[in-house]
Amino acid sequence: MSWLTDFVRPRIQALVGKKDVPENLWRRCPSCDQMLFHRELSENFYVCHHCDHQMRISATQRLEMLFDDGEYERVEIPKKAIDPLKFRDTKKYSDRLREAQTKSNELEAIVVATGLLGGLPVVIAAFDFDFMGGSMGQAVGEGLTISANIANEKKAALITIPASGGARMQEGMLSLIQMPRTVIAVEQVRESGLPYIVLLTNPTTGGVTASFAMLGDIHIAEPGALVGFAGRRVIEDTIREELPEDFQRAERMLEHGLIDMVVARRELRDTLIRIISLLIKKTPDDIEKKNFSSKLNEEAEKNFSDIANEDKTIIG
Amino acid sequence: MRHFLEFEKTIADLESKIEELRHLSDGDGISIAEEVGKLQNQVNKQLKQTYERLTPWQRVQVARHPNRPHSSDYIKNLITDFTPLAGDRAYAEDRAIIAGIGRFRGWSTIIIGHEKGVDTDGRIVHNFGMARPEGYRKAQRVMELADRFQLPIITFIDTPGAYPGAGAEERGQAESIAETIRSCMSVRVPFISVVIGEGGSGGAIALAAANTVLMLEHSVYSVISPEGCASILWRDSDKSLAAAEALKITASDLLGFSIIDRIIYEPLGGAHRDTKKITSIVGDALDEELYELRKLDGDTLKKHRREKFLNMGRANLI
Ligand SMILES: [Zn+2]
Repeated sequence: MSWLTDFVRPRIQALVGKKDVPENLWRRCPSCDQMLFHRELSENFYVCHHCDHQMRISATQRLEMLFDDGEYERVEIPKKAIDPLKFRDTKKYSDRLREAQTKSNELEAIVVATGLLGGLPVVIAAFDFDFMGGSMGQAVGEGLTISANIANEKKAALITIPASGGARMQEGMLSLIQMPRTVIAVEQVRESGLPYIVLLTNPTTGGVTASFAMLGDIHIAEPGALVGFAGRRVIEDTIREELPEDFQRAERMLEHGLIDMVVARRELRDTLIRIISLLIKKTPDDIEKKNFSSKLNEEAEKNFSDIANEDKTIIG
Repeated sequence: MRHFLEFEKTIADLESKIEELRHLSDGDGISIAEEVGKLQNQVNKQLKQTYERLTPWQRVQVARHPNRPHSSDYIKNLITDFTPLAGDRAYAEDRAIIAGIGRFRGWSTIIIGHEKGVDTDGRIVHNFGMARPEGYRKAQRVMELADRFQLPIITFIDTPGAYPGAGAEERGQAESIAETIRSCMSVRVPFISVVIGEGGSGGAIALAAANTVLMLEHSVYSVISPEGCASILWRDSDKSLAAAEALKITASDLLGFSIIDRIIYEPLGGAHRDTKKITSIVGDALDEELYELRKLDGDTLKKHRREKFLNMGRANLI
């Protein structure tokens, strides 16, 4: 703990007042209340260096953190989720959707992208919790099935990164059927012999946990991530007991055998690369090959051998 | 003792009058047949009027009616040689889901259903139809058995939802539901589900990812209970009625979205007024649907089931 972090920052905060802290310069840690310098925060993968709190990040921040050189190609998912039920509670669902779109600059609660991870082709489907609590409706379910299809097509590993309160109630049963839909999608990836990895982030609950998110070949969770089916309050009301602080937290779920490992953000990329590599580069020869099994590379190799053959005919 | 719902007051009054008359006639032998007949006609008229235009919230009440036939009633009336199977082979026997093997119209069949229980003791034994992970894991095991011996699967759906308990969470409630859906999607046998009462969220769809999904006229099938939805979205649990409307949980709504395949119409005044009749109607519907599915081979059945769900609702996306 340095003089700078402990003393100067709170003072600056006091000086300029809470609301005047420029968004792009400082950010308050929601867990320990310390003011954090934005640039440092981004270098530290949005983890508070005072209390290790894993800050909520957007789907695109996830993608930048994971893909090689932060480069990836976004996959278009259905542009618009219409409002099939014409749902209205205290507000119209269509208005809620529009607000979420304006606020997040995303069309839906999921972003699908392809790219390389340690030189290996991967498809990542990442949730945006800020978009209506990352809830899974038709468009999100479709995003997941599309990501699975692309993984199959490109012979790529599939990584899903849920952050979700569960099904999107405003789409009624059309959201519940996304459970079987996404189960089929990831099952098809597994049947193709491709790795399917789930990175559980805070929070992953309800119908999202009870479908594609619990069917990974490997389950990784971020430290402290809440992973469960029913909500804490519902459980407390049912059993009439107060639940311990760490209930449904990643570390406890690890003890209960539901996830393979809890991995800090800083280690995530290397961990994913190592796991995928172990699952697909099966021989010492495979390790030597660069850009293993990437479609582009296969084509390049094919062209190369065509040229070599031509050369032979000329010489021969 | 018959249980009347809040909107059945007129019917309850008429039926108690009939009871009184019958009681009187016991004593002095006066013929009251004509009077009883008249009253019975009025009851039938009232039942028809009321049940023809039940609101979604009223249907929720009917779907949860304590006298509504449960999985065990369908098994009793439709399955011979029923042989219950117990346990997940790992931790426990969960009676919220009953499963077994028996003959449906001569055909050896696997039966799985949520069971709510009839009286107070039964409800506790069956945990009100709210299954724990062990119940879902038993269902997986029995589905695998069906697959190995090429036996069709019939499931009866009737649950408020999966049990929200601390132990259930820690033993992997979410994982058990996800794996059960995967089992549904993997079996190479005819698979039919009937929503007989309450189709409550993930705990229901875990057993209902079938080739053909039938739904009783007054059953409901929903992503969340209207009460739960009201307290989350309206922040007011008194808005259950509005939530029940908005969520589109009735059989006709869901047929419209192609989420279910067929509505099974109930006897006058609802399934709870005639267990014998509704179970036989359901039996006939199952027989017809199984006849169609038996024409397909195992791989086609599996493929059909997956494609059906993958295509569901896609037309709504732009
Ligand atoms: Zn902190």
